Amino acid sequence: MHLAVPLVIASALFAIGVYAVLARRNAVLVLMGVELMLNAVNLLLVAFDVYLRDTLHTGQALTLFVITIAAAEIGLGLAIVLAVFRGSATIDLDLLRTLADHDDGPDHDGPDLDAPDADEDHDTTIGRQAQRSGSPP
Amino acid sequence: MTGLDVVIGLLGLVAVGAALMVAVTRQLVHAALWLVVCLAAVAGCFLVLTAEFLAWVQVLIYVGAIVVILLFGLMLTRAPIGPVTDLSRPRRLLAGTVAVAVGAVIVTALLMAFGGATIDLSGAPQGDATTTGTVIFRAWVLPFEIISLLLLSALVGAIALSRASGDEVDS
Repeated sequence: MHLAVPLVIASALFAIGVYAVLARRNAVLVLMGVELMLNAVNLLLVAFDVYLRDTLHTGQALTLFVITIAAAEIGLGLAIVLAVFRGSATIDLDLLRTLADHDDGPDHDGPDLDAPDADEDHDTTIGRQAQRSGSPP
Repeated sequence: MTGLDVVIGLLGLVAVGAALMVAVTRQLVHAALWLVVCLAAVAGCFLVLTAEFLAWVQVLIYVGAIVVILLFGLMLTRAPIGPVTDLSRPRRLLAGTVAVAVGAVIVTALLMAFGGATIDLSGAPQGDATTTGTVIFRAWVLPFEIISLLLLSALVGAIALSRASGDEVDS
């Protein structure tokens, strides 16, 4: 059997995973793209393990570990996604801009560092997000 | 061009087509179901490559656990049923260009290095349960234990993340 066939399949899967991660706006769909990329790597590892006839079966052992790490990653990732959803009622990655620079820039009245102001700023950020999500794209 | 080439080629076509549907479909729940098709086709590729144990682990963990968790995530974030128009960013052309460039670089590098190589699948299976179990519990037992610790800590972390936000809602 030609080694080239699984190599081409794995490359295509990885490229599609990259596209899904870059182009999707829903956080859960981005996690699906990550799963596609991990699967491409798994296929490469298994193909090369069988091709090299490794007595230690490094490729298959690493594939098992990658599957386990993918399970851990998806559990933690979805916990984070749900926490974000509880906090701001959306998982649209284009609307979650709390950590980005704000449009109004540095001429904000007063420092944001003390707790009550920070809370007010958080609320207005959520309000702005709701406003944005209500407006047509 | 043997029969195995044709079988793995067809499985690869199914996997790549289902992955494309995951990346471009406009219905959220359908994306998760296409992911099932893609992962099952990759498991079939593992079977053709005689890695039986990994194929069934793939079906059990990916199809049985990860996709179900993803579906839970979609439902808990109130995913809309039916087509959604703005699931992809406006700059998807740029994303597609980057993805095609990445894929082209990887496939060129791999084919230049291993283009004419053939896999010898004769003889005993390379990855049945006996072989994989022996190798895991002899040569790879320390990474195996470390990975179980990582999985445990990830589960504890997921529970802690969920509980912390729940307490904030209560108070």
